[in-house]
Formats: sequence, C-alpha cells, structure tokens
Amino acid sequence: MIIQKSMTNLYLGSSLVLISFIDVFLNSFFQLNLTGFFPGSISLFLPLILGTIGFYLIRADYTGIKHLDILNKNVNTSNFNAVLTLLIIFLIIKAIPPSMSWMVFDANIAGDSRDACTGTGACWTYIKVWFKRFMYGMYPNELHWRVNVAFILVIALGMLGLFAKEKLKKYLALYYVIIYPIIAFLIIYYLISGGAFGLEWVETGAWGGLSLTFIVSFFCLIFCFPLGMVLALGRRSTLPTIRYISIGYIEFWRGVPLITVLFMSSVMFPMFLPEDFFMDKLVRVIIAITLFEAAYCAEVIRGGLQALPRGQYDAAKSLGMGYWKMHIFVILPQALKLVIPGIANTFLALVKDTPLIFVVGLAELAGMLALAKTNPEWLGFAMEGYVFASIIFWIICYAMSKYSYNLEEKYKTER
Amino acid sequence: MNNKIKKILPQILTLLFVVLILGFFTFNAQVNMDNRGIDFGFGFLKQEASFDIQFSLVEYDGLDPYWWAYVAALLNTLLVASLGIILCTILGVIVGVARLSPNYLIRNAAAWYVEFFRNIPLLLQIFFWYYAALRALPLPQDAEPLLGISFLTIKGFYIPAMIWNNLNIFLYSLILAFIGIIIIKTYARKLQENEGKQLPVFYISLGLIIILPLLSFIIGGVTLNFELPVIEQLSATSFTYVGGIGLPPELIALTLALSLYTATFVAECVRAGIQGISKGQKEAAASIGLNTNQVLKLVVMPQALRIIIPPTTNQYLNLTKNSSLAAAIAYPDLVLVFAGTALMQTGKAIEIVSITMLTYLSLSLAIAALMNWYNKKIEIKEK
Repeated sequence: MIIQKSMTNLYLGSSLVLISFIDVFLNSFFQLNLTGFFPGSISLFLPLILGTIGFYLIRADYTGIKHLDILNKNVNTSNFNAVLTLLIIFLIIKAIPPSMSWMVFDANIAGDSRDACTGTGACWTYIKVWFKRFMYGMYPNELHWRVNVAFILVIALGMLGLFAKEKLKKYLALYYVIIYPIIAFLIIYYLISGGAFGLEWVETGAWGGLSLTFIVSFFCLIFCFPLGMVLALGRRSTLPTIRYISIGYIEFWRGVPLITVLFMSSVMFPMFLPEDFFMDKLVRVIIAITLFEAAYCAEVIRGGLQALPRGQYDAAKSLGMGYWKMHIFVILPQALKLVIPGIANTFLALVKDTPLIFVVGLAELAGMLALAKTNPEWLGFAMEGYVFASIIFWIICYAMSKYSYNLEEKYKTER
Repeated sequence: MNNKIKKILPQILTLLFVVLILGFFTFNAQVNMDNRGIDFGFGFLKQEASFDIQFSLVEYDGLDPYWWAYVAALLNTLLVASLGIILCTILGVIVGVARLSPNYLIRNAAAWYVEFFRNIPLLLQIFFWYYAALRALPLPQDAEPLLGISFLTIKGFYIPAMIWNNLNIFLYSLILAFIGIIIIKTYARKLQENEGKQLPVFYISLGLIIILPLLSFIIGGVTLNFELPVIEQLSATSFTYVGGIGLPPELIALTLALSLYTATFVAECVRAGIQGISKGQKEAAASIGLNTNQVLKLVVMPQALRIIIPPTTNQYLNLTKNSSLAAAIAYPDLVLVFAGTALMQTGKAIEIVSITMLTYLSLSLAIAALMNWYNKKIEIKEK
C-alpha cells in the first residue's frame, strides 16, 4: 500500500515537528517554556505529542522531495519509530547544555592550585596538576625521561618485524617469541628500575600510573603467549596425561575471578616459596596475571588449531614429518595467523583488567586516582578524575578494538 | 617398542614436572607454616567470627561462626550476580535488537552505547558510579519521593517492603498455575498434531497466571501490605529511613556498573544471533503462509536462540566472576568478607584463598556443565 500525502499535510506536519524541536531547544538552552500556560504534565509531553502528529502527517512512501524521502525512510517508518526518534533527539538537545557547561563553559583549567577552581563546572586544573602522577605514579619527576625512552625503545624493537627483509622473515617467529621478550625485559628492567650503568635505582613501589598499566599488560602478553601455545597443544595432544593436565589447568584459571588470583599472589604465594626468597610484588602480580591470561590465550589458540582443515595435518604427516616438525613448520604458522584477532581481543581484555592490580596495592591509573581523591588538598574532584581516566582508557581500548576488527576483516578475505 | 616409549616418556616427564612443582610448593608451605607457628586446618570455620557485615540477606551478627559469615557473603555475591544478570539481559536484548533497527538514530545510539561502555574498564565504571555519580544524590532529609513511595538518597535506595500473610498459599497457587500452563501446552501440541486445531495457548496461560493467584487473595486468605520507608531523625543533622527495604549504595553502584557493562556483550550476542539467521529462512517461512509473528516465534527465534544462548551464558559467568570487584568499593561480597576480613583476622591464607577460589570454580563448572548439557540438547540432529 502506498501512502500518499497532500501538500497541506506536509506543511502542517513539518511545522508541527519544527515547533516541537524549537520548544525543546528553547527550554533546554534558554530555560524558556513556550508551553508554560498548559498544566504541568501536558506542557512536559506537548513537544512529543506535537512531534508525533507531525511525523505522522509527513510520513509517505514517496513525496518527490529528496530530503523528506530520506528522512522518512531512515527515522520515520512507523509511529513507534517516530516516537523513539523524537525521544532520542530531545534527549540529545536536553543533554548538551548541562554537559557542555560542566565540561567547558563553567570549567577551570588555568592556575596550578586548588584556589583556581572557582567555577561551578569541572576543574581541569586538578588533572593538570596531577597529570604526571597519573602517568608515571610516584616515579621521581626528573627521571621520567627514562620511562619514555624505555617505551620508545620497546615499541621500536617491536616494529622491527615490519621492516624485516624477505630473507629474515622466517626468523621472525623466533624473534618475537624468544628474543624480543628478553630484550624488552632487560630494557625495562635496567632503564626504568635502574641500579646499573650509573642510573639511579627506583624501586617498583614508586612505579605507577598509566605507564604501569602498559608495563604490566605488555609483559603479561608476551609471557602468556608462549605458555598459552604450549597449553593449547597440550589440550589437543593424544597423550591422556598431558591432555588432562592441560584441561585441568585451563579450566581452573578460567573458572576463578582475576581478583582472587591477585589475592593469591599477594597473600598465598609467598607461603609457597622458600623462606628467605624474596620476590617483588610487581613480579608476583605479573606472574599471576600471566598464568591467568595464558588459559584464555590457550583457548584462543586452540580455536585456531581446530579451524585448520584436517588435510594440513595429513599432508604434513604423509611427508614424514614428526609431531614437532609438523607443528612448527606447517600447523602453527597457519594457526597463529588465524588467531591474531582473537589474541588482540585477549590483549584488550588484559588491558581492561590491569586496573585490578589496585587491590593488591599497586597504584596504576585507578590506584593513583584513589590516592589523589583522598588528598586533603584536593577533595571532591572524583568526577573529573574518573572522566579523565575513562576517556584515556576508552581511546586506548577503542583504537585496539577497531584494529583487531580490521585484522579480522583482513584475514577473513584472505581465506 | 620404540613407539610405546615415545608415547609414555613425555607423559611420565610431564607428570613428574607437575608433581615436583606441587611438591616444592607444599614443602615450602610446610616449612613456612612451621616457622610462623601456623597450623593447617579448617577448624577456624567453627570459631566466632566477631566482625560485622554491613548488609546481609540472612540473620548475621558478630557472634556467628566463620562459616555462617561465608554463607552470608556468598548470598550477597549471588544477589548482586542475579540482579546483574536480570538487568543485563533485559538491556542487552533491547540494545541488540535496536542495533538492527531500520531507524538510523536508534541503530546508531545503540551502537554508540555498546562502543562506549564496552571500552572502559569495569573497575573504573564501578568507581565512577560509586564515588562520583551516587555521591551527587541528595541527603535523606532532602530526598524527593520517587513515585511517592521510594527514596533515592546518598545513603541508599529505600523501597517499600512487602509484608505477606499466608505467603505459602500464594506460592502454591503460582506453582499450580505453572503446572496448569505445562498441561495446557502439552495438550495444545497434541491437539495440533492430531487434529490440526490451534488453541490460544498464550491467552490461556496468561489467564491462569493471573486468575489463580487472584483467587488465592480472595478465598485463600492471602493479604499483602506494603511497609513504606519513613524518615527518622537520629540527631540534629543526621537522618535515616526506617521500615521498608534499604538497598545500600554499594549494591546499586555495583549492579549498575555490572549490568551496563555486560549488557554490551549480551547485545552483541543477540545481534549476532539474529543476523545469523539467513534471509532465506524468513522468506521460506513466509512463503508457506506463516504470519510475521509466527515467522519470528516458530522459525527465527528457535534458531537464533541456539546461536545466542551459549555465548550469553559465558557472559553471565563473566558477570558473576566480575562481581568480585565488589571488594574495591566495600560491598560485602565473598572476596571482601572472606578473602579480606576473615583472612586478616585468622591469617589462614592458604585455606581461605582456596575456599574462595573453589567456590567460584564450582560455580563456573556447574554453569559450564549445564551449558554443555543444553548445547547437546538443542544441537541440530542431522539425519
């Protein structure tokens, strides 16, 4: 059935919709109430009623007016849709002025002390003053360059694989699985914690902020990957003992919450070590998260192993390859390529989980926020702090999820 | 012979490795505990706990033993988990369906909701609701009543309590209604298979579930009264509410954060499930004369649910495990009460952490087993 509307309907409808928008707009931006002469609830719902009637009047399958047709097709297909459209638009119009005035117009950013916060909105001075703490924790101010240099070096070494010559490509896996983690560990250990080469020693208790988030998630990723690979192979092994041990390990870690694992690392783990053997808290946390994430990693890699067609295994075996030869040269290179998006997702979950180390007393970003929040000089700025941290984490995680999505699309077309 | 060794040797080596590690840990634990004068054992569970739990579903005070504190804490965990699961399912289904809406604005609003809440760490969201958003609520004396009966204040959410008379009769009537519905369903299916007649099962069920409980009110002597929260002055500046049910802000913040966060994942599962049904299925169903509702009910939903339910259960499991983040805002859940306070008091690190982990583990394994059973049941049986 083709719905056709006369021109009068179109004019009447569009003006009704326009009136409802103007009413909400004036109400929200200038605190004017055009329909104030109606009783309370009618005045509240009038824009919605007017808009719905208006949308009903202009709804048509074809009018010949290009923009109106696009509008009808996208947001105005039924009465229910029209109401939802109006509600969303009204909500946006209503939400803009208060949030804008809180974030921008009534906010303060100048100055560098508590006294500068005079506006009724957010006080970004707080973020500005604490910015270095949020990024580097209690790490001494004049030594921040060491953290930066270490990160740049580690990232540059990680990118090296992209520029490798064709001849060296076959060694890439070896490089990323064994050599790179060791080098990265040495760089971070000697540069950030110091103690050698004339660099001042900084204990791990002083590390913190966003850089600690990166350090923890980076190490956990590079360590959990090889472990996960072994576990995934173990779970698919034909030898019952190995298979059941792997299954037990994977199901155990997947069944408990990370927070209990962290509790374990901080209160239970020291009991399991020889008496005079001291292990740094940060190292214990990294070990705990690695053991935990390895189980998730193993499941992702197992997915990749299962996705390979049987023919690959049969072909490798028929060439006379043994178990290890078959896996190293035929199966794993293909399977790992398949699981890159899955690994990226695991890594994303890992980054989102790192704020949890706050519960064992390591002050990464969330921990620093808690610290800053209770500072007597800066009470009452919790909102700014959490908004700031949310924005930072959102940018990181959103970029990563988009990247992993792109990878997924890329590998989908290749197969 | 050679082949046999190849098979057995790695197994023995792995086993040896695992046993050695475990043995090493046990030995160290033994030595450490001896040195510190701690003995291993679960006897402490019967001792008096002598700490208080802020909020609990069962009667609990400091004189009760540790195992009772464990039960109270576990119930708190289950409470927040079940509230979160219910809310995240409702929200997730709505958002998941909205993502497929023909309406451009709704589709994008849903997509932005998912992208926004999924990419912020859950802990930050919990902190945000607890420390920033809920702190902006009014004090008890300034609170405006919501719908005239409940109060949302900085000290918590106060809602009316239900006081039942003869609750058991009401429950019996509900059970009776459910049994009736099952009978009607079986009968209707038989009728359709044998004679091709259709019964309005939905309306009959609706009638049963309304009429039977109503009857219990009229002739069963069931009464229901509401106890409204009333403001009371404690001192010159301090007010609180008495009567009704008070939900602590920790519970509200945790439930909000958990359900808003998990709903994004549920929404993605729902969307994937509905998109996973090929267009041909709907067209085929329509071409044999089913109407839109029947297409949805008989063809699309049964297939979509098969795709939706396994990953969604996984999300429920994640939500339950994530509810342990409660410890960060001092909601008295299993981790805070048991792995926190009880551990601090008794010093029984190994026992308490193992009990806590085993509890979560058995919860997960139970749900996983249920899931596998369900998957087997709904699997497409290929002939």
